[in-house]
Amino acid sequence: MSVDSMTSNETKISVPGARAGSAAGTGYATIARFGLLVVLAAGVAAPFFAGSFLVFQLTMMLIYAIAILGLNILTGINGQFSLGHGAFYAVGAYTAAIMMEQFGIGYLWTLPAAGVICFVTGFLFGLPALRLEGVYLALATFALAVVTPQLFKLSPFEPWTSGVMGIVVIQPGAPFGLPLSGDQWLYFLTLFIGLVGYVCARNLVRSRTGRALMAIRDNPIAARSMGINTALYKSLAFGVSAVYTGVAGALGAIVVQFINPDSFSFTLSVALVVGLVVGGVGWLPGALFGGAFIMFVPNIAEGLSKGLSGAVYGVILILLMYLMPTGLGGLAKTAARAFTRRRQE
Amino acid sequence: MELLAQQLITGVATGGIYACMALAVVMIYQAIHHLNFAQGEMAMFSTFIAWQMLAWGIPYWLVIPLAVAVSFVGGMAIERIVIRPLGDAPVLSHIVVFIGLFAIINSSAGFIWEFTIKPFPSPFGEGSLFNGLISNHQVGMIAVTLAVLVLLFAFFRYTRIGLAMRAAAENPVSARLVGIRVGWMVALGWGMAAAIGAVGGILIAPIVFLEPNMMLSILLYGFAGAVLGGLTSPAGAVFGGFMVGIIENLAGTYIPEIGDELKLPIALFLIVTVLVFKPTGLFGRVVVQRV
Repeated sequence: MSVDSMTSNETKISVPGARAGSAAGTGYATIARFGLLVVLAAGVAAPFFAGSFLVFQLTMMLIYAIAILGLNILTGINGQFSLGHGAFYAVGAYTAAIMMEQFGIGYLWTLPAAGVICFVTGFLFGLPALRLEGVYLALATFALAVVTPQLFKLSPFEPWTSGVMGIVVIQPGAPFGLPLSGDQWLYFLTLFIGLVGYVCARNLVRSRTGRALMAIRDNPIAARSMGINTALYKSLAFGVSAVYTGVAGALGAIVVQFINPDSFSFTLSVALVVGLVVGGVGWLPGALFGGAFIMFVPNIAEGLSKGLSGAVYGVILILLMYLMPTGLGGLAKTAARAFTRRRQE
Repeated sequence: MELLAQQLITGVATGGIYACMALAVVMIYQAIHHLNFAQGEMAMFSTFIAWQMLAWGIPYWLVIPLAVAVSFVGGMAIERIVIRPLGDAPVLSHIVVFIGLFAIINSSAGFIWEFTIKPFPSPFGEGSLFNGLISNHQVGMIAVTLAVLVLLFAFFRYTRIGLAMRAAAENPVSARLVGIRVGWMVALGWGMAAAIGAVGGILIAPIVFLEPNMMLSILLYGFAGAVLGGLTSPAGAVFGGFMVGIIENLAGTYIPEIGDELKLPIALFLIVTVLVFKPTGLFGRVVVQRV
């Protein structure tokens, strides 16, 4: 199981797009920009038309999307597997909850703190992960996902984590007397952070660093011989990816208003990977669709059949993989390529 | 000293479970080069089939071959129906399909047989050996695991079809050129992995009791054992499985802070440590890549 095989599809697709010339390129860019505006407008308008539970669900969807965005930087851009991102999500969530409830610090301060702590954790975990590839890395990260909830249950940490009991977090209201409910305010906060995160991720991918990360993904040996510090960049990718997931976790703790170790079992990590693949590995906007998938599809499956909800969910997953083996991102790229080709003829 | 001996034996006994699972994992990894996350659920389903047959009053000596045969066919069917249409989709898409399979099998088993815990009789009967140090069932389990390993070794080493399977896994293109039906070899690999899983499930069920989620942590230990021993080596996987069992037991006994809750994390931590120093496992082949 090599990393190359995972991403080879994508490199093949991107070549004709690059050659398509500026006329077709701007056409596609216009459509993409228009689509982005529509999504944004819908995103801003949504909480005023939706009930409070739906607003909560949409917020969670955005939070998952931020976490998946982080995973996408690691897996999609840098080509390292992780089945353990739930661990970073948990670290972020616990950072926020402990700071807010044990030390009485304002919730906005917990987000950068969660980011910093997760960056350090991710970077440090990235160091041993340097030695591992493919399935072995998948298993090591999976181990991380399994171990993390157990660590938060440990008795020495109980004064801070409250062990199995978990921590109840009080929901902050809207600041400056804004006429918004708590749920709506958190929705907008999450939307804002998600947008900032997305723009940063996009700029990162387009920068020199981003090209180095992708070079390592496509051919680590060639990348190293071109003078890229592979070890540093791979660990950095882990760190940056953990920042996104950790901030998402912190937001998650504030929005859900309760955390305990079992909220972060390895099923969370698995769900994040599912969201990543459904959205499209290496396609950043896919994170939003991935977040929507893992938030809403299990509910839909339950609606279709109560007893067999798991089976329905599985069938949906497998059918999706048949229809678009490279996720929505692959589908979008194929569509874009077909479109630009027709324009050229 | 007596405590150590007893813990070692218990470790070997639980290790036998993991070794069974690790063996099935490695089998399928050799055939398809993917870690199958639905492996444990497949074994669980096979065990439920065996339980159902026992409940219908079929004698035990008939149930085992029947369950193994059904699982073999079922494994091949899954490959033909679910996996084959995927073709050479990216690795992560395969992983997601495995997760889908996991959900389907787990949920259907719960739907058909319910989530209540069911006792499962041991094929080796009750009783124990060496003054109660180790039960008949544990001895039988270790013996069966080793026997399966020897059979597999002989199959891959001395039979034509075993050679064909190895060739298909090693170099599919060349294998096809010499007339091996590579697609069917992969299906055969799935069938065999499912059959080994069925044996493993029937051996494990008397210890952990039968229920749809019984394989969850066992699969994890199985993965850990397989990776520890090296995914390219069936004997290494069995060794790795036993090692995980022993490490887990000793750590739980001698480091009081660990207790039951932290046994799994400790085992996994040790394995990751081993991986950091030997990235392809203890007995794994190092693959040299050409640029």
